Amino acid sequence: MKTSDLIRALAADCAPWPKPLRQIFNAALLPAILMAFGLYLVVLGPRPDLAAHLADPRFAFKFLLALLLLGLVGDLVLRIGQPGVPTRASALRLWLVPLLLGGAILVELFVLPPHLWLPRLIGSNALLCLVSIPSLSLGPLIAIFFSLRRGAPERPASAGAAAGLFAAAIGAVLYATHCPDDSPLFVAAWYTLAIALVAGIGALAGGRLLRW
Amino acid sequence: MRASNAGDAAAYERLLTELTPALRAAARRGLNAAGLADTDAEDVVQETLLAIHLKRQTFDGNAPFGPWLAAIARHKMIDAWRRHGRRTKLPIDDFAEVLADGSAEPDLITADVSRHVESLPPSQRAAVRAIAIDGATIAEAAARLSMTSGAVRVALHRGLAGLARKFRTDTL
Repeated sequence: MKTSDLIRALAADCAPWPKPLRQIFNAALLPAILMAFGLYLVVLGPRPDLAAHLADPRFAFKFLLALLLLGLVGDLVLRIGQPGVPTRASALRLWLVPLLLGGAILVELFVLPPHLWLPRLIGSNALLCLVSIPSLSLGPLIAIFFSLRRGAPERPASAGAAAGLFAAAIGAVLYATHCPDDSPLFVAAWYTLAIALVAGIGALAGGRLLRW
Repeated sequence: MRASNAGDAAAYERLLTELTPALRAAARRGLNAAGLADTDAEDVVQETLLAIHLKRQTFDGNAPFGPWLAAIARHKMIDAWRRHGRRTKLPIDDFAEVLADGSAEPDLITADVSRHVESLPPSQRAAVRAIAIDGATIAEAAARLSMTSGAVRVALHRGLAGLARKFRTDTL
């Protein structure tokens, strides 16, 4: 087949012009987030003493950090499917989250007597955290993959990892309002592990599913 | 690209045609830089055109066109390097004479894409052939293949997506 033949076929397939990736993304993500929220309400729900803890610095830090991660990765995920859109600065900004968490750990170790370090690190519900965050992120993960497949990520495995990170951040924001363990020590150990698990799954799946 | 976006197929065809010489030059440069024969440049060009087409929803109408195009072309070039990296595990001496005869003409008939068309399912193959090679319009192809226009459109679109997939998974 000659190149001019191929171009003729492409032109014949020109219409309908597909919706922009951003719209595909929003259309897929909105129901997925609602699904995750529904799952959260049915299975977990907010902790009973949530209202009393809203102003608690440990809870506020945990919740806002998860929100920050969600915002930062969201920006990256929106860029990652579009060729030629720079992603480096957006990816570097992610380091803000572990830096803040590291700072919070130092403060926590400073204000907390050493005999409480281990109990706070272990917390009361580590296993639930490890199960809940990935479960809540499953719907969003599928939605993000669905839209990124319409996109053109330059590095499929990294794009998959970012998709996993974003989905896990959604799960973490929701789970943070259920989980009674607010210490940065707990967050650093178990939230990180749960989020890394989803990001790892995303990276593995991305290497296969996001090639184009 | 913006006119094409508004549904102007003629503008789209003109755009792709005008991009092709630059894509071809870039493909040759890329293959040469990797120490590969540029006889495969046309395959890279066609694969890039397919990617431009199938990923056109990723072009943001407000952003500059150049970086978008360059990123897609680079991605497909890297793909080609990878494929050739695997291919060069074959004894290259056998091909040396063929490769040396590099009088590749523009708009050459390429073996790869033709082979891939052959391996498409029958209705997709018929639609792609009628429109690409015989130059039929959608309506003419529909009449000739006794399909509806909608079915021809779908078969053509799936056929083109299938071609891109076959390029990608081709590890020969």
